[in-house]
Amino acid sequence: MSGGTALRQVRAMSWRSVLAIARQPALVVPSLVFPLFFASLGTSSFSRATSLPGFPEVDSFLDFSLAGTIVQGVLFGSTVGATALATDIQTGFFDRLLASPVSRLSVLLGRLAGASAFGAAQAALFTLLLLPFGVTVHAGVGGFAVIVLSGALIGLAFGALMAAMALRTGSAEAVQGAFPLLFIVLFFSSAFFPRQTMSGVYGGIADANPVSYLVEGIRALIVEGFGARAVAEALGIPAAIACGTLWLSIVALRARVRAA
Amino acid sequence: MNATARVAGALAVRNLRNIRRIPAAFFPALLMPIFQMIAFSGTFYAVTRIPGFPTDRSINWFLPLGVCMGSAFSGIGIGFSAIRDIETGFYDRLRMTPSPRAALLLGPLISAWVRTLIVIATVVAIGLMAGARPASGVWAIIPLLIAGLALSTVGVGWALGLAFRFRDMRGAAIMQLSVFVTLFLTSAQTPLDVMQGWLRQVARLNPFTYVLDLSRQGFLEGLAWDTTLAGVAAATPVAAATLTFAWRGLAHLDR
Repeated sequence: MSGGTALRQVRAMSWRSVLAIARQPALVVPSLVFPLFFASLGTSSFSRATSLPGFPEVDSFLDFSLAGTIVQGVLFGSTVGATALATDIQTGFFDRLLASPVSRLSVLLGRLAGASAFGAAQAALFTLLLLPFGVTVHAGVGGFAVIVLSGALIGLAFGALMAAMALRTGSAEAVQGAFPLLFIVLFFSSAFFPRQTMSGVYGGIADANPVSYLVEGIRALIVEGFGARAVAEALGIPAAIACGTLWLSIVALRARVRAA
Repeated sequence: MNATARVAGALAVRNLRNIRRIPAAFFPALLMPIFQMIAFSGTFYAVTRIPGFPTDRSINWFLPLGVCMGSAFSGIGIGFSAIRDIETGFYDRLRMTPSPRAALLLGPLISAWVRTLIVIATVVAIGLMAGARPASGVWAIIPLLIAGLALSTVGVGWALGLAFRFRDMRGAAIMQLSVFVTLFLTSAQTPLDVMQGWLRQVARLNPFTYVLDLSRQGFLEGLAWDTTLAGVAAATPVAAATLTFAWRGLAHLDR
């Protein structure tokens, strides 16, 4: 198969994936509304916490919480594409795709492109929606672009992880059942509160959790400004996670194709 | 024993057997409050240093929240079972029997209370191991039980009312989301005096704030009649309203 044909197939599958997300708002609304709800709740509940020792210097708690809101939304949204992939397997559409002369990899990459596009859209939407409420992205337009790109990479990384689960199990319920794992990964990080204020075992886990550094990279772009370290963390960590999860999803795809 | 008690007892036992038969339907309601207690206590460990915070142990603050959330979701779990029973036709068969209608509410309610006691015992045991130290000692469990059972009753009434009206899993999402959001629009994360902005006004008007205060009092500064009465006074009309909602829903199902 020529490179051009493969690219066209990936594009067609990606477009189908994006349309599927756009056509089922009921599936994506929770991953848009809940992070904003928690950001608003946290701002009202914890606004006085910004003066605590160890808390980073921020204009407001909302500035602090935006990075966590973005990562939370994209992580939750990553189950949407994988659930659709599992549904394709359950309904037999996946088998019909395999029977057609479509490249196997384009089936997977199409889904992941959808997850990545949704992640970027969420990052942009959350930032733009919170700007009128006083959030300032100190890194400017360049920082905003990095945040959106980071959203795309997070969507790709965790979308690939969830896709691997969908391909392994072929069950939409199993993918949905893995959702609490993402919640745990998020909570045992600095997504909602600074690591510097945590203690004991909990603080140790947050220190070891790469999601902490990913969130802190995005947060630094918002509350401090443009910096090489912030960009490296915001883009490098999800890219590194994506390398591992893409490999997992390709292995799972091969196993699924062999079993078909 | 009258017919209502007999049928209610049989339905409660059937519902409790489902814990063993379909553990996946109950264990999230048990694990969620444990996770919430540990995750919130760890993440928001430092909030107790905010001036005016009524305890220096974050787990003392978040353990009762876990219990309240778990209790409400134990009640909601009964709604899931009802939807399953409606979908499989069990409810239709039940309604064709001469069972008293009150038993169709009382049975699930008893079952939810037993589930709630399991949740409270587990969360409290793990909380104590994780460092919770109630200011009122063993007496702290009494208001916690009252609050838990009250929220469980509210959860059952609300969930059954929705299950009887929707009759399918569409109702399940509404049950969960509405309870989750309502419980967070309270002093769930910080006391009213520490909050700023819109949430403070909303939480002050939300009756569940006073139920949470009732559950927490033994873990914070000791038991007080006014906190207890405020909690009971807030929970009673909400529980009565949701049970009425369920009762009317049952009549809706009969039509």
